[in-house]
Amino acid sequence: MSQHELTVTVNGVCRRARVAARLTLVDFLRDELHLTGTHVGCEHGVCGACSVLLDGRPVRSCLLFAVQAEGAAIVTIEGLSPDPEGLGILQDSFWETHAQQCGYCTPGMLIAAHALLQRNADPSEAEIRDAISGNLCRCTGYQQIVEAVALAARRLRGVNVTEADEHGG
Amino acid sequence: MKAVDFDYECPASIDEVCRRLAVAGGDAKIIAGGQTLVPLMAMRLARPARLIDINRIAALQGIADRVNHVAVRACTRQAAALDHPAVRARVPLLAMALGFVGHDQTRNRGTIGGSLANADPAAEIGLAALALDAEIEAQSARGTRTIALELFFAGPMETALAPDECLTEIRFPVWRDGMIGTGFQEVSIRRSDFALAAAAVQIARDGAGTCRRIAIAVGGAAPTPIRIAAAERRLLGTRLEEADIDAAAAIVRETVAPLADLHASPAYRRRVAGSLVARALAEAAS
Repeated sequence: MSQHELTVTVNGVCRRARVAARLTLVDFLRDELHLTGTHVGCEHGVCGACSVLLDGRPVRSCLLFAVQAEGAAIVTIEGLSPDPEGLGILQDSFWETHAQQCGYCTPGMLIAAHALLQRNADPSEAEIRDAISGNLCRCTGYQQIVEAVALAARRLRGVNVTEADEHGG
Repeated sequence: MKAVDFDYECPASIDEVCRRLAVAGGDAKIIAGGQTLVPLMAMRLARPARLIDINRIAALQGIADRVNHVAVRACTRQAAALDHPAVRARVPLLAMALGFVGHDQTRNRGTIGGSLANADPAAEIGLAALALDAEIEAQSARGTRTIALELFFAGPMETALAPDECLTEIRFPVWRDGMIGTGFQEVSIRRSDFALAAAAVQIARDGAGTCRRIAIAVGGAAPTPIRIAAAERRLLGTRLEEADIDAAAAIVRETVAPLADLHASPAYRRRVAGSLVARALAEAAS
């Protein structure tokens, strides 16, 4: 049915496309722009795997039709890395604390955690758990993810520590 | 899990929305935050032929702090309302309720009006709105009307809105006399899931601690959120002692008529509704 011209900024790059109204934002990002870092989990707004930043705020990209993002600035997991090969501090903290196993939820977790750390440099454990409460993980039991976000918060505040330092290793 | 094809329109004004709704004759659906509608479309439980997107209408955004009420335009994001100083200071019951609504990702997109128009019997925003005797403003090509909250919810996912009407504003009354206390309590399977049952309470007490005004509403325990008028009457004029609160909780358990679903039995919901009202009363009185 209806087709629409779409102009959006994705990870700082202006992208133009013609999209069908029914195309979700996550399918647009993955299938049209080939940004496959954003994962599709449940496709009905339950799992959080497809989280992206829309004008700076985390949203579920399966619950938005691409056409609705006209004019918006979107940041996907690819946009959180300093370069295609490198890891940001938050991602490196996930790596260090073993905060992923299968990795399916990880992009969404990173987006949710990034949004938290943008507005709260020193979150409590409860605040971290609240921030990732919309993201399901079936492997880790969440504990290492919470540790990773706390570690990243300390590093981003300029406290230069490794997990081993903290545990006297 | 993909929506069926549909036509998409993104009008720039409320008048244009109303014109398009009038022409569509029931085939069109308004999309606000889409946090319920899009999943329903993905599962093909909803198949609107046309979506009318109200997200870009400036007149449907924002919060106005007026003398007797706080007016929330329909497409205001839940996150924006939660952070708004007038909501926090003057209708704290709504702020408390919003703390239980969804997650960061859904509150950033979900709207106050969308939640009300969706009319989930367990939704927190409708529960707070009912407790506060909020008013709904709706517009259509036929004109504008105001609907009292007590007449707004017609059943699960059903409201008094006609197919050609657009919800434009919700006015949450501000209680200005006496010492105001609020309580909001709910039980859900996981944090931020829909409530198995929830209770919203607002009280106004005089200098002697006597309850002069009270609203008690329960969600998830009937086809719509409901007020428990008999419990309110029982507590008016009391000092909300433990025996009074226990009596009110007993009235709640006698009054509610919960539905059964996969998650909880009617008996459980009835019992827990009474307990949640007791907790919310204690919270409001503390």
